[in-house]
Amino acid sequence: MIAGLLERRPRLANWLWGFTPPERGTVVLVHRRVYIVPTRLGAFFGATILVLVVGSINYSLSLGFALAFLLAGMGLAGMVHTARNLARTAVSVGRAHPVFAGEAAQFRLFLDGRSPFDRPSILARHVASGTQLVCDVPAGGIAEVVLGVPAKRRGWMPIGRVMLETRFPLGLFRAWSYIEPEARCLVYPRPDRSPLPASSASERAGSTRVQAAGNEDFAGLRAYQRSDSPRHIAWKAAARTGEMLTKQFSGEAAQELWLDWALLPPGLDAEARLSRLAGWALAAERAGATYGLRLPGNEIVPGRGDAHLAACLEALALYEHGKAA
Amino acid sequence: MSVVDMACLMGSLVLVAAPHALRAPWWLTLLTLCLYGWRVYFALNRAPLPSRWFVLAIAVVGILAVWFEQRTVFGRTSGIMLLLLFSGLKLLETRTHRDAMIVCFLAYFLIITNFLYTQSIPTAALMLAGVLCITATMVGFSAPARPIRANARTAILVLAHGVPAALVLFLLFPRVQGPLWGLPQDAYAAMTGMSDEMAPGNLARLALNDAIAFRAEFVGEPPAQRQLYWRGPVLWEFDGRSWKTGPSILARYEPPQEGGPKFRYSVVLEPHNREWLFALETASTLPDRARFTHDGQVLSAFPIRARMRYEMRSVAVNETRADEVPTLLGRALRLPEGFNPRAAALAREWAAASAGETEIMERGLSFLRAGRFTYTLEPPPLGRDSIDEFLFETKQGFCEHFASAFVFLMRSAGVPARVVMGYQGGDLNPVDRIVTVRQSDAHAWAEVFLRGRGWVRVDPTGAAAPMRVDSGVVRAMPDASPLPFLVRTEYQWVRALRYQWEAATYKWNVWVLGYNPDRQRELMSFVGLPDADWRALTATLFSILGVLTAALLAWSLRRLRPPDPVQRAWRAFCRKLARQGLERAPHEGPRDYSLRAARALPGARSAILHIAALYISLRYGEDESEARVRELRRRVRALRLA
Repeated sequence: MIAGLLERRPRLANWLWGFTPPERGTVVLVHRRVYIVPTRLGAFFGATILVLVVGSINYSLSLGFALAFLLAGMGLAGMVHTARNLARTAVSVGRAHPVFAGEAAQFRLFLDGRSPFDRPSILARHVASGTQLVCDVPAGGIAEVVLGVPAKRRGWMPIGRVMLETRFPLGLFRAWSYIEPEARCLVYPRPDRSPLPASSASERAGSTRVQAAGNEDFAGLRAYQRSDSPRHIAWKAAARTGEMLTKQFSGEAAQELWLDWALLPPGLDAEARLSRLAGWALAAERAGATYGLRLPGNEIVPGRGDAHLAACLEALALYEHGKAA
Repeated sequence: MSVVDMACLMGSLVLVAAPHALRAPWWLTLLTLCLYGWRVYFALNRAPLPSRWFVLAIAVVGILAVWFEQRTVFGRTSGIMLLLLFSGLKLLETRTHRDAMIVCFLAYFLIITNFLYTQSIPTAALMLAGVLCITATMVGFSAPARPIRANARTAILVLAHGVPAALVLFLLFPRVQGPLWGLPQDAYAAMTGMSDEMAPGNLARLALNDAIAFRAEFVGEPPAQRQLYWRGPVLWEFDGRSWKTGPSILARYEPPQEGGPKFRYSVVLEPHNREWLFALETASTLPDRARFTHDGQVLSAFPIRARMRYEMRSVAVNETRADEVPTLLGRALRLPEGFNPRAAALAREWAAASAGETEIMERGLSFLRAGRFTYTLEPPPLGRDSIDEFLFETKQGFCEHFASAFVFLMRSAGVPARVVMGYQGGDLNPVDRIVTVRQSDAHAWAEVFLRGRGWVRVDPTGAAAPMRVDSGVVRAMPDASPLPFLVRTEYQWVRALRYQWEAATYKWNVWVLGYNPDRQRELMSFVGLPDADWRALTATLFSILGVLTAALLAWSLRRLRPPDPVQRAWRAFCRKLARQGLERAPHEGPRDYSLRAARALPGARSAILHIAALYISLRYGEDESEARVRELRRRVRALRLA
């Protein structure tokens, strides 16, 4: 009920959690943002103390009082220690590498204890997806948590709300804090691995003439260029000669492939086209072909290599992203 | 749960269950140990735990066995036995850390039930060790990957941080005098002390016990050993074998106010489950909630079931100098028909030959003095005419034999007499000048009524074995007697150590164990809140707890690294510029930002560029001097942009 209310009233949530998302840079969990309540075990512990006190009154056990009050004092100190385990931790988020839709975006959270003591058992939990991980922050050090958040749609995916929680040291209290750092991950369209080889598609496109076994026929070695795929590097030769060489295959230079939006079957909707094109781009890169990408209003000239593939996939991911999102 | 967690849990359990296991019947100890061991086996082999039904079956068998042993499953002893059993059974269904925490809470109950038997300093130390182990175990549950040593350190830290709050709670938590409800029948079975009946062998048995009966702290110098007669129950009725108190009557009793040296002292009485408050002869005032009986016993309004402290004044007189009610004098002469004919005949002889009661009394005492009686803890058993046999045949007895025989002789001779039980003597601790009276100081003496003098104390044991009264039971005994080790005097260093220990124990009893509603009131009036009720106490308590918690929080956050002063100054600088509409873009470094700001605000150009240069050299350069940091802060503060 409360969660729903906060969902509908983001400003109330912002006031309650003590920040306005998204937060830039390093987020420090000042103690105003750290919330703490007893756990169910904490309630049990309280009930135990109560029974001990009543028993001590009934049997006039002075040491019984001492025990019960020692436990009560310990619980109180434990509460402070639990809050301390989280308070003033600095959280920053690292770069998340692009992923394909359907995979999990790997957000890297860095928890900086900034303290002379260690902060064990801090649970980081991605609120929307429920992904969670426990980490121990060493004294004066930084712990890294990688949260795998399922990427459902292409485009930019913000990290969303992350909860940091701890029950250390006694497990009687639960302290938690919400953060929503400014971090996003580029999500490529889900590649459609349809049995459409790039060659046949381009055959139909008619823009290139591709020999069927283009990269099967070894034609010789040439000097390595930075854009060459690592798959084509002649590692054995490199080891022998100490010189980076790239294998060349017959007809490779002649192949130039256009992955064209307009040439896809007209029945496909936009997302399916993007998926198909992403699949082709991957296949073309794997085949070692030189390929270009044509989207409505965007064209990437033919090229090769990981950077080129990434540029193509990014273009596909962000195609009409503003409108789609 | 990992093996390490299980080992910690098991260690804590063994520690807190050990005192119970030593007291429990052997089969229960064995069963509990087996259950613990079984759980260890499961943990080591990662085997699946036994089924719920199997555990239930063991529980039922265990409960039945406890019932056979105790004939009840309620009551204190049975309750503790079941608690011990359940600690093992709960382990067998402990799978998660949450279950294990419940076992930890169970362990707290094992600790507190041990206090029903003892609350000594070693028990408190054991409690601390137990709580520490349990806490370390709990810390281990919430941080399984951490080394045990780190967890133990955290446990010590958390406990230490809890001590101030615990202390405040102990002192200020509104105390109520228990019990809140009826206690089980066997609640006080373990208490030792005097009974209201004196049969041959009763006191001798008590004298073998070196448990402490009470301690007395005198204002000024304590009286001499031979004056230390601590008066307890007064016995009137004799049935030929044992003496009993008899019915009480309503009669005025006037405590003496003058007539001898006066003593002021406080007594810390160990619980003995009876009403007697022992006082030095003769008590002249009453503690709170106490009364005098017609024969001068001091009785509390309720049985003493918790250690109790009371203030007393006494006047050292051994006669009442008052008249007595005739019916009572009649009772003080009553004897059963047909017992001890030889003693009765002897007494009648004395009566015939004497001029008065005083002379009869003197004859009785000189008879005991001259009779070569042996004072011993192990007198031979006596038959039907116990007094005849003691006086004329065995001639060996403990104080109850002497008192009983003397009072019988006096009554037979027509002198009203009664038996008084109590303690005689006590051990003066040179460390804190406190007199410790043990059960082994239990004594019985006589009081005879002499016209004009009232009831006069006569100690027949003192006549037969003067050492007993002058220097205590130990010196009066032959060497081989089976007195408790601690009471004997051969080893000086043992004695010295014992005195130190007892002084500490006394402080412990008075200040820790004796802290009760009365003491709490005293404390509150001492700090200036004389009539603090539970509301005032609770309010004070919670405000102090709040302050303590806030202080602890502040202290623990203080240890966190303060923000870098250079960074703080830079942020203040950025904020000042942002107020002029020059917010720093996330991609902008200090140089670009300051150049942009300087262009936009030509009036402050040099100041802005200077601050940026300072910041860059402090932040990225080698320069870390304090003076430059101060300069940066001063320049940022002095920056005027409007």
